[in-house]
Amino acid sequence: MSESLFQRIGGTVAVDAAVDLFYRKVLMDPHVMHFFDSTDMDDQRAKQKSFLTMAFGGPHEYTGQDLRAAHAPLVADGLNDSHFDRVAGHLQATLEELEVDENCIAEVMAIAGGTRDDVLNR
Amino acid sequence: MAAISFAGERHALAAGETVLECLERTDHEIPFSCRNGTCLTCMMRLRTGTLPEASQAGLREGQKQQGYFLPCVCRPNVDLEIEAPADAELFGRAMVSEVTQLTLSVCRLRLRTATPLFYHAGQFINLRRGDGLVRSYSLASVPRFDDALELHVKRLAGGRMSNWICHELAVGEPLDIQGPNGDCYYIGGEPDRPLLLIGNGSGLAPLYGILRDALADGHKGPIHLYHGSRTAMGLYYGDELQALAKANKNFQYVACLSGDEGGAVPGARAGRAETVALAEHRDLSGWRVYLCGYPPMVQTAKKLAFLAGAALQDILTDAFELRDLRRLRRD
Ligand code: HEM
Ligand code: FES
Repeated sequence: MSESLFQRIGGTVAVDAAVDLFYRKVLMDPHVMHFFDSTDMDDQRAKQKSFLTMAFGGPHEYTGQDLRAAHAPLVADGLNDSHFDRVAGHLQATLEELEVDENCIAEVMAIAGGTRDDVLNR
Repeated sequence: MAAISFAGERHALAAGETVLECLERTDHEIPFSCRNGTCLTCMMRLRTGTLPEASQAGLREGQKQQGYFLPCVCRPNVDLEIEAPADAELFGRAMVSEVTQLTLSVCRLRLRTATPLFYHAGQFINLRRGDGLVRSYSLASVPRFDDALELHVKRLAGGRMSNWICHELAVGEPLDIQGPNGDCYYIGGEPDRPLLLIGNGSGLAPLYGILRDALADGHKGPIHLYHGSRTAMGLYYGDELQALAKANKNFQYVACLSGDEGGAVPGARAGRAETVALAEHRDLSGWRVYLCGYPPMVQTAKKLAFLAGAALQDILTDAFELRDLRRLRRD
């Protein structure tokens, strides 16, 4: 049996390696950082891990409906395609920095892209 | 809505209500202090039911397994049967062995316990006086050096506990203590890791403990301690810290003054401790960072340290809550 995307990327180890890199990029980007102004950084980090696990094709329990609910307050605050593209860009840059194989990156970006309508509540 | 059973009564929780709020609404006296899951004063115990994870987040593994939880941050999804823990399980006896003024507003309290307390320097304990008032203070003492527990108490305007300790408490008097609590302490086994310690005012207490613990453990990596105060009079332990810096090549002590005297005092830097420290250390990847003081400084410095490259799990914090300034319940 061929390995899943999550296994090929490196599983939870890869998520751990990526989460701080990714979170740092998001927090430093003036275009999207205000969406992440939560007072509890550890809580935010846990959610970023869920995000990455999902994008890496790993085990998760989120439905499209959950993604809608999680992001609905952000959409009400103006979350749109331009923000989605920025976050997707940070995800890609994180993976490139970690020297993840090109084909894997393409698969991750396809998974992330597939959530666009749910995240933006369309 | 879920309900709680306590002391033979059953109470339905209102929407969004915590277990602590529900018990107060129904006229139960539950001790509390921070109301945000930090101080552990309100700790209760589960008999039956399933606790939400967040209600046990700050507890030790053993405490979790025994069903302890924090009602101030517990919003259950299912019915719970709960009890107040027996007092002796939580609180032990201590006796005041010294009260000394360190600065105009900070005093040093030393306590002796009947049975030794197993703790790490930098953790915190809760003090309870006769009328039930509870407050948390961080440990500046190091078990291997100090027989007594050492706490630095900052006198707050209107602070009932802090004023009482600094002005009225006398040597020989008893106090109840609970603890140790918290995860802001020196972690051994990584002698080469650079450490950045930042604290304001009596936030020096846990750092003074952590520093001495690290040096005694043979820590070899650089250790930088930034102690901030508004005025030069608010700096204390300067001589002790300078002596440690002299004796240990890898340790540097920096006093920071954020008030008007900043720059005018020889040897001290002008500015807030966290600002100066983070300006002098722009790449913190691989560092462990300790932040002790009031929550706004801790939160801001945590974000900046993270952005400077420190991993989030390597940023350990001890945020003092301004408990005495909170609105008092029903009075
Ligand atoms: C690329 C597609 C995205 C996916 C797959 C995704 C996935 C997730 C997941 C799984 C959670 C955790 C939900 C929870 O457990 O409560 C989450 C939370 C969050 N996401 Fe996204 N997300 C995406 C895009 C975005 C974008 C573009 C933004 C904003 C610019 C964003 C901002 C947030 C925030 C702020 C939270 C935390 C909400 C809270 O604190 O409850 N996400 N996301
Ligand atoms: S009052 Fe519940 S932990 Fe402080």
